[in-house]
Amino acid sequence: MTFASVSAVTVTLLLVGVFFVIMMNLNKVATSIEEDVIIRVHIDLVATDDEQNELKKQIEAIPGVESITYSSKEEELENMIKSLGKEGEVFRLFEQDNPLNDVFVVKAKNPHDTGKIAKQIEKLKHASKVNYGQANVEKLFRFLEISRNVGAVLIVGLLFTAIFLISNTIKITIIARKREIEIMRLVGATNGFIRWPFFLEGLWLGVLGSIIPITVVVSLYKYAHDYLTAKLSNHFIQILSFDPFAYQIAAVLLLMGALIGVWGSVMSVRKFLKA
Amino acid sequence: MIVMQNVYKKYPNGIVAANGIDVHIDQGEFVYVVGPSGAGKSTFIKMMYREEKPTKGTILVNGLNIAKLKNSKVPLFRRNIGVVFQDFKLLPRLTVYENVAFALEVIEESPKNIKRRVMEVLDLVNLKHKARMLPTELSGGEQQRVSIARAIVNSPRVVIADEPTGNLDPDTSWEIMKLFEEINARGTTVVMATHNKEIVNTLKHRVIAIEGGLIVRDEQRGEYGYEN
Repeated sequence: MTFASVSAVTVTLLLVGVFFVIMMNLNKVATSIEEDVIIRVHIDLVATDDEQNELKKQIEAIPGVESITYSSKEEELENMIKSLGKEGEVFRLFEQDNPLNDVFVVKAKNPHDTGKIAKQIEKLKHASKVNYGQANVEKLFRFLEISRNVGAVLIVGLLFTAIFLISNTIKITIIARKREIEIMRLVGATNGFIRWPFFLEGLWLGVLGSIIPITVVVSLYKYAHDYLTAKLSNHFIQILSFDPFAYQIAAVLLLMGALIGVWGSVMSVRKFLKA
Repeated sequence: MIVMQNVYKKYPNGIVAANGIDVHIDQGEFVYVVGPSGAGKSTFIKMMYREEKPTKGTILVNGLNIAKLKNSKVPLFRRNIGVVFQDFKLLPRLTVYENVAFALEVIEESPKNIKRRVMEVLDLVNLKHKARMLPTELSGGEQQRVSIARAIVNSPRVVIADEPTGNLDPDTSWEIMKLFEEINARGTTVVMATHNKEIVNTLKHRVIAIEGGLIVRDEQRGEYGYEN
């Protein structure tokens, strides 16, 4: 009986734990990618300072614009050279006669409005070219939305499976406890007195059941984190760092185990405390 | 003292197990409850310790109307009565000592008093030397003695027994009856449902016969009155 309950908790928490880690990281990656989506507005080469200011004011007036930063063509060149590394040094030649545009970097309050805002900026005078990685961004957003929805569906499914697993275990436990509770009531034990040991037992079983999932999830995450960080470092994508995320997930699993255990055993006793 | 006035009991499945029972049992009496199977004996007994609630009527035990007793007050009421069953109802994982002590632990008696009182009653049922054994290591008669010890450890004024000798051989049954006689001699009311003709006809006490949910006979020093 004890083994069945502990295994039910273990399996449930293992599934929840692994899935939770994946979901949290996917969300982290998605958010960081979303936040990096910007609109680069190339300013007409012939625009005067006044005209640039006018353009800036007009962009600021568009609803949904969060921030706008100016980047001069000198800064742009410097950035380009840096991003290309050693081979970029050749572009130093252009420092004398810089062919690039000055740029406004515009950020939307809601990343999903980026396309809409970009279209409005395109219509403005002195905005020669507007660039936000059109096709890519829209594909990315669609991908992120799908993966979040799929994640939500899977979590709900998982929770139902967990409830099914545990309530089945409880049904078996009830039969084993019927006699015990009957006798306790017979000799005059109050409901609180009867419930207390079962409460502790449930807590204990739940905590016991969370040990394996915590160990597995934390060590797998340690491994996956080291592996992925090395792989992804070139792509400016970050996953959640081991500390504190691993401790948080351990705490969540422990708490869930304890709650499931207590809930299960209190439920199994409750039925016999009514008469 | 146990008083039932106009007690009816109808189960959800429509069976009427008590059809207007009136009875008066004085403190210190010894009463046999007899009757054919399915006549309402068990319900009659169960209503006395509030395992079943009557559909209608009044049941006074030690002056308390248990027909109107709230569920939350049942444990407190049970502490003043002792109950003994055919199947002993011992906790298999606890020792003899622990099984008896359990009834005192639930009322949060001090450990010192628990030990003294448990050893006292185990001595009374002659099982002091087996205090550390598990119920499964004992014979049926010994297990029943443990359950009697548990029933009286709280010094209840009423002991209710539902076929306490039903699972025991004749010799052991007489030993158990001797214990009930002793308990009764100390002033405790004993109400016992039984199918044992020999015992009822030998150890003479008041006999209440129940048939069809009614008391059909109530005699002092009565006979069993049925063929076995």
